[in-house]
Amino acid sequence: MSHSKLASIFNKDEKRVDWHDKALWFVRHKRDLSVHNVKGWEELRNLGHGIKAHMLSNLDNYLIQFEENAKKNGVQVHWAADADEHNKIVLQILKENNAKKIVKSKSMLTEECHLNPCLEADGIEVIDTDLGERIVQLAKETPSHIVLPAIHKNRHEVDELFQEHLGTKPCDGDPQYLTGEARKHLRTKFIQADAALTGVNFAVADTGGFVVCTNEGNADMGAHLAPVHIASMGVEKIIPKQEHLGVFLRLLARSATGQPITTYSSHFKKPRKGVKMHIVIVDNGRSEQLSRPDFRASLHCIRCGACMNTCPIYRRSGGHSYDATIPGPIGSILSPGKDLTKHSTLPFASTLCGSCSDVCPVKIDIHSQLYKWRQIITKETPQPFVKKQAMKAMGNIFAHPNRFETVGKIARWSLRNLPKAMINSKPNVWGHTRDLPLGPEKSFDQWFKDRENDKKS
Amino acid sequence: MKVGLFIPCYINQLYPQVGIATIELLEKLNVDVGYPSGQTCCGQPMANSGYEYESVGACNNFVDNFKEFDYIVTPSGSCAYHVKKHYNIIPQTTEVTKVRDNVYELCDFILNILKIKDVGAAFPHKIGVHKSCHGLRGLRLGSCSEVVGEKYSYIEELLQEVKGAELTTLSRNDECCGFGGTFAVTEEAISVKMGKDKIQDHLNSGAEVITATDTSCLMHLEGLINRNKQPLKVLHIAEILNSNI
Repeated sequence: MSHSKLASIFNKDEKRVDWHDKALWFVRHKRDLSVHNVKGWEELRNLGHGIKAHMLSNLDNYLIQFEENAKKNGVQVHWAADADEHNKIVLQILKENNAKKIVKSKSMLTEECHLNPCLEADGIEVIDTDLGERIVQLAKETPSHIVLPAIHKNRHEVDELFQEHLGTKPCDGDPQYLTGEARKHLRTKFIQADAALTGVNFAVADTGGFVVCTNEGNADMGAHLAPVHIASMGVEKIIPKQEHLGVFLRLLARSATGQPITTYSSHFKKPRKGVKMHIVIVDNGRSEQLSRPDFRASLHCIRCGACMNTCPIYRRSGGHSYDATIPGPIGSILSPGKDLTKHSTLPFASTLCGSCSDVCPVKIDIHSQLYKWRQIITKETPQPFVKKQAMKAMGNIFAHPNRFETVGKIARWSLRNLPKAMINSKPNVWGHTRDLPLGPEKSFDQWFKDRENDKKS
Repeated sequence: MKVGLFIPCYINQLYPQVGIATIELLEKLNVDVGYPSGQTCCGQPMANSGYEYESVGACNNFVDNFKEFDYIVTPSGSCAYHVKKHYNIIPQTTEVTKVRDNVYELCDFILNILKIKDVGAAFPHKIGVHKSCHGLRGLRLGSCSEVVGEKYSYIEELLQEVKGAELTTLSRNDECCGFGGTFAVTEEAISVKMGKDKIQDHLNSGAEVITATDTSCLMHLEGLINRNKQPLKVLHIAEILNSNI
């Protein structure tokens, strides 16, 4: 279904839209308060952008360097060309270790690879341990935001879900009680886990180490208790040097939630005694995106979610309306690279207001890329006949001043003289909820000509 | 200094009063304004809809009309931005680059080229400023809330000198109104909701009039205000700067 259809369904409940909008605006506002206090914030953004651009231009070398160093540290490194291969590698590691119960911390990459259903099909219990992710997992939904996965659900809905799945008592959505119950539930799972899966926020080429950022410490609890740690990372997560972490950790948390730094920024380098550590490095369409000069900068993304929080469309349409693993503005430039036809409406789900580009901590020109995808989509995917003909006709009219004048005259006359019911009839989408301007007698052209004639006479 | 006036297609046909205010204002400021008669549209409606190639004729027509001028001034930040940013689809002759370099949104032109702050206007009302996105984040007519740096706004600098004008403060200073060209139709639900929220913000701030550098945003907001019979008026910034009540 198109973004616009899904968004209009979400908009049927205006109160929910208001609440969703306000919740995300609150986060965006916190981000503002936080970044406007940082001296040199714009320089930090430039640095972040520069490091990422440099990394992407030397991606192969940094990945090889990372692999070498990680292996030296005693980590097993795997390469996956696509989602399927990633899932097979993970499954193989779990089987080798006879792991039946897995705890997972937040990872959009494993969402992208649809890892959970794949493992579950093999009889493995997969528990998402980020609270928001656990909520959507219980609801059998996907995350609607990359940092706040359950932002579309209110506390009363969580209350009902927990009653149904965790056997909690009705509590009128008391957040403290619900969090406490979630904590008890998840701690049992951490203790029982045979393996822990985490994502990777930053992988450092010159040390072979990697950093996982969470606000709940769930990645650490998983990885520190289980005998096997598997970390899944997209190829673009690499940064050249340890010292670059100072740039990205400062950018990430402030942009995501307005925090100075994420509560837990955990550095993993080598396995503990008796523990196995694996890293799966995944491409899954990233090198293809890298090959598109206009869109390669989309791979700078550090997944902070700031573009979603700032996007007035995302806030009012909900993450699920994008029907993509990564929703919002950044998702709308990443997803068409994966499946142009399926995601053909996403680059149009924007007014090109540019707020996403200005908020982006690594300066991705998101709105310009949305514009560029639009040009490709109209050429390479089927478009409605009416839209195509209308654009052709408009192009023709605007190329010829005489035709423009004639069409203008007719339009003004119609707006002035036709009955409102006819003007606002069904095909005129504008008129459903908005009035059209009353057509003036004279265009500016005509007024100007008359004035010139008056001057002469 | 030869100044060419560009009146965008929809202003020409639907809001001629905005064009009239613009030319009268510029003449008041002693600018020698030329109005080439063969102008139509900058090509943005097709290009933003993904049909850039259908806009080539409009681009060429625009360049033909304005190649002789030292400056091109328009009461539309969005159209000025489109010419600057997206006229890379036609061969970059010296005429094309000249046009792209010298196209100005009206307030930008008055403040930064004419170096005039006080245009001698009087307008004793509470004014809510809608900072249209393409002007704001495209042409940088003002600082925007996302970026850290000095705060400024060309439109507000000019309005502050208008006698009797009182500027109101929004809770969301620079959020998009939801117009977005064909977006207003293809994403109707979101567009309307964004417009409604924007209007409510202005009502809460006590504004009597909403103004902007772009009639397109105002057309969208006005359409909702009129349909819902709300106590707000919209006026293009040129109309306020040209008034002397």
